[in-house]
Amino acid sequence: MSIYLDHAATTPMIEPAIDAMQRALRKIGNPSSLHTDGRATRKDVEEAREVIAQSLGCQASEVIFTGSGTEANNSAIKGLFWSTPDKNLIVVSAIEHHAVLDPAHWLVEHEGAELIEIPVTDSGVIDCAFLRDLVIRRGGEIALISVMSANNETGVIQPISTVVEIAGSIPVHTDAVQSFMKVPLNFANLGLFAMTISAHKVGGPLGIGALILRKAFEMPALLHGGGQEREIRSGTLNAPSIVAFAAAVSANTYNGEAVEKLREKFESGISTVAPHARVNGQSSKRLPGISNITFPGTQADFLLLLMDGKKVSCSTGAACTAGVHRPSHVLMAMGHDEIGATSSLRFSLGANTTEEDIEYTLSVIPEVIEMAKAANSL
Amino acid sequence: MKLIAAMSGGVDSAVAAARAVEEGHDVIGVHLALSSNPQKYRSGARGCCTIEDSHDARRAADVIGIPFYIWDMADEFHAGVVENFMSEYKAGRTPNPCLRCNEKIKFAAVLDRAKAMGFDGVITGHYARTRDTEAGKTLHRAVDPLKDQSYVLAVLNREQISGALFPLGDTEKVDIRLEAERRGLAVAQKPDSHDICFVPSGDNAGWLRERMGSEDGPIVDQDGKQIGTHKGAYTYTIGQRKGLGITIPTSDGSPRFVLKIEPVSNTVVVGAREELAVTSMKGERAIWCGPNIAPGDHRGYVQVRAHGAALACTYRFDGTHLVADLDQPLLGLATGQAMVIYEGDRVVGSATICETAA
Repeated sequence: MSIYLDHAATTPMIEPAIDAMQRALRKIGNPSSLHTDGRATRKDVEEAREVIAQSLGCQASEVIFTGSGTEANNSAIKGLFWSTPDKNLIVVSAIEHHAVLDPAHWLVEHEGAELIEIPVTDSGVIDCAFLRDLVIRRGGEIALISVMSANNETGVIQPISTVVEIAGSIPVHTDAVQSFMKVPLNFANLGLFAMTISAHKVGGPLGIGALILRKAFEMPALLHGGGQEREIRSGTLNAPSIVAFAAAVSANTYNGEAVEKLREKFESGISTVAPHARVNGQSSKRLPGISNITFPGTQADFLLLLMDGKKVSCSTGAACTAGVHRPSHVLMAMGHDEIGATSSLRFSLGANTTEEDIEYTLSVIPEVIEMAKAANSL
Repeated sequence: MKLIAAMSGGVDSAVAAARAVEEGHDVIGVHLALSSNPQKYRSGARGCCTIEDSHDARRAADVIGIPFYIWDMADEFHAGVVENFMSEYKAGRTPNPCLRCNEKIKFAAVLDRAKAMGFDGVITGHYARTRDTEAGKTLHRAVDPLKDQSYVLAVLNREQISGALFPLGDTEKVDIRLEAERRGLAVAQKPDSHDICFVPSGDNAGWLRERMGSEDGPIVDQDGKQIGTHKGAYTYTIGQRKGLGITIPTSDGSPRFVLKIEPVSNTVVVGAREELAVTSMKGERAIWCGPNIAPGDHRGYVQVRAHGAALACTYRFDGTHLVADLDQPLLGLATGQAMVIYEGDRVVGSATICETAA
């Protein structure tokens, strides 16, 4: 028995997606080929594109399939920057995923870009007044603004429509990897230029994501070759994964209310079994399934080892290339010091999480905290 | 028992963990990240602090079938081992950082945390043996004299030894490699690490010079007459002959050796080979690896280098210092080195040499 509370990292593929993928894997035909087999595969891909477009309120031609959410974020940040050569300023929130932060920093180092990070309040929401002031003062210099739809560590939902309103004509990208299919999202209504989604967070397979990019918007490609995907992302289309992605979207069974109820049970249980623990971003609007908790006097890697020993899978957040746990930049941006930022765990609930999972997890937490505290005090 | 296996990414610790699992212990693997910038300390895959090493350790844990975690010990390692290495050299002594790492990191930071988290002890791939005796667990040499690492473990006290498991002590290294092959461990043919893990080039003097700067100073003979110039006293070692750059020959043409390093005056004293002879040494910070030693003189052996000879001696503990009088003089002994006392193959204890006498 193992309790999986790391659905924000990846969540199990749902059966309809597995079935669709298996069927597609048995088919022959490169979607770019002109013969009957190629056209048949192409038809599957285009139908999948329409399903995904419909779920997001965008046009099918605005869906550009990528190999991952990370690739879509990189394409968006670099592509939007390079498409406006007269503008040199990149604005991103301080709590972005590294798949947004790192390409932005790369542009600073290699392309002479200037980067400004939007700070967040201690409840984890971006400071809109800061952004408004920045746009008033330097709007003409801004190449793009990127603010995630909901944060991957805390689940805190960001005010994207306000960001778009403040931005005016400045292109806005949002990384919606965590919020896609969890909360309502409408690309057109939000007035976005670009958005990132990923299949494996919604019951689809690993290795497939999409960049949603406004129809008339041209931007330089990162991958050159066969000219697929509006010549923005060349490469043979990964038809089985695309088909499975769409199947996961159309058969999605995620019940946000039920998941949120379980999270409430978990967090109220935490306040009983660990009265000193703090839920990060608790006062903000959050995604239903994410609970980020600071356990004072502990260290996340000890907590994780002990939870893992109790067969509960959860997450410490970021790790460096060697696998060493690092203080979370998200929690630091919310005002935690380094110690607080290294003593937190993320529990993320999914469609198949049960009450028993929550009860068992709560039952092991007191002993885990006690041991982690003892180890940390040495 | 519930045990933590310290896995460096090398063949020894991998086989040690596998053996413990086979014996029925409940084992988890932990790799210690000893540098906050892992590639900084070593570029090849021969030590214990590169990304490649952590990957190798992870793959070994996968093959053995045990959970695997990485613990960040970079701050502890830097403060307890690297800085100590520099300050010891600065004070004119010659430290052994591997001993220090065993004492402060592997069998302190790791063992203590392991116990706090409900584990019974720590497994390492060191070549040494322990025995359960009426007086508690005792530390002994490994059967493979070429690989014996009891010297670098002699800084462990009784309590630490009681929480340590060394599953490799009864086997020759060559057989460990064969066993690793048999077990399907990819690290079977990974080269041994020899140098200090945080000095990638093996050039201690260069490493120290880079971090501590170098201030030229006089090289003098025993009469105090300057006969050369050195590039930072701390980069020299007692007994060193090469690299002194002295152009004035001795009257009989015999070579000169470093006899003494005086950090305060930044002076290096050189002289003839026979001047290096030491017949007695005194050590501070004594640690007993088994029962405390009784008052009075004892016969035994003292070893002053990791792979040095065991020298017959008479030793005693005067309440403050561990003293060893050698049967035969020894050439070249620096303060800061560890003196480890053996009775047969049993490690009695150790101390850090603070004084030597001819």
